[in-house]
Amino acid sequence: MLRHAWRLARKDLLVEFRSRTAILSAVVFTVLVLMVFNFGRDPTAVAAVDLAPSIVWVTFTFAAMLALNRAFQLELENQALDGLLLAPVSRSSIYLGKLIANLVFVATVEGIGLPLFALFFNVRVVPVLGPLVGIIALATLGFVAVGTLFSAMTARTRFAELLLPVLLLPFMIPPLIWAVLATATLLAGRPLSEAGGWLRLLAAFDIVFVALAFVLFPATVNE
Amino acid sequence: MLLADGLRHAFGAVRALDDVSFTLHPGQTLAVFGPNGAGKTTLLKVLAGLIQPRGGRARIEGGRSAVGWIGHQPQLYGQLTVWENLQFWAGLYDVPEPAFVRRERDLVARLGLQAYEHQRVRELSRGLVQRVAIARALIHDPRVLLLDEPFTGLDRTAAEEFRAVLAAQAAAGRVTVLVTHNVEEGTELATDIAFMRSGRFVDMAPRHGRGAAEIADAYRRAVSGG
Repeated sequence: MLRHAWRLARKDLLVEFRSRTAILSAVVFTVLVLMVFNFGRDPTAVAAVDLAPSIVWVTFTFAAMLALNRAFQLELENQALDGLLLAPVSRSSIYLGKLIANLVFVATVEGIGLPLFALFFNVRVVPVLGPLVGIIALATLGFVAVGTLFSAMTARTRFAELLLPVLLLPFMIPPLIWAVLATATLLAGRPLSEAGGWLRLLAAFDIVFVALAFVLFPATVNE
Repeated sequence: MLLADGLRHAFGAVRALDDVSFTLHPGQTLAVFGPNGAGKTTLLKVLAGLIQPRGGRARIEGGRSAVGWIGHQPQLYGQLTVWENLQFWAGLYDVPEPAFVRRERDLVARLGLQAYEHQRVRELSRGLVQRVAIARALIHDPRVLLLDEPFTGLDRTAAEEFRAVLAAQAAAGRVTVLVTHNVEEGTELATDIAFMRSGRFVDMAPRHGRGAAEIADAYRRAVSGG
């Protein structure tokens, strides 16, 4: 299962590396949103550190949506999805491959966005970099796991790009709130232990929804 | 061996398959002729396991790994080269590396793709893409070939080369189901002929040396209900 999943993920990443369409869109989107938020706010009204956690998560969420939208569209171009379903590969391998590729893609966008965020908002992330990366990883896993499933569900619909955010965002409200609260705790200079509750909730969300996505994925791709 | 037993399927109120049954043994090639909407593609998808039929059963000896599929679309990735595409699909079928290298060389040579091996698929013409799709379908040496209008986009030379490949496959004991609306294309290769109308096999019989003209006449009578 892992071997097939890795082949699929490697293929997706190679295709994206060659075309660079989604990654460029996501990075440009990230830069623009951070710039708009930076120059559009009144620094005397609200401190940057109070706004920053919400802004960074809104930015990452919508940038990731671009990746998730493209994940299964890629397979529909020449009906390659039928080829994947016909191959002696478990549906779970296909899901895992897509999940890995999407995680790498979103992590790349976040890796570019985080330094820009620190720069624009003058937030000191270096002292809390380890825990911050941990929070981002926890939240991203759940987000991408559910997003990959919904992307498969919506890919064959006429309004896939519209439908994906409509379906996905309501699911994302709880983990996004937990991620924002945990990030705010860290950036305010308080110890990570104070965010322990939010982190446990994020971990529980990941476990439940990754498992659910594995179980439900075959039903979403079968004709 | 390939078995279809009482296959039934519908899309809403439209009957796509209505009690379709047949059995094919190694070396047999069944050409299914029918007009657009007769249920030909649905039949192939049910045989391949891509669609779960509402009734009946389909069985292919060797399961999914024994199936090679050529459909309306090439199932290739435009950003990958011919070689990368073939390697990707071979990997999903667990073709060992030495066998892949051997088969890839052989198919690329037989289909006239040597000059395009390291070119991205999106840079190739429609006919070349169809040849790559044929190579993709054969890269894991399938025992059963399901072909949906496989000659689409091929020029005369490429079509002849492809016929030779299919003839070699049949000689090696492969089972083939070929669906098309073009009687000229499928007749030569077929050992058995079926006509399809509104999801039903209205006639299925061995070819028995009948030529394209004779089969075209029978086809016209069958699909017009005469």
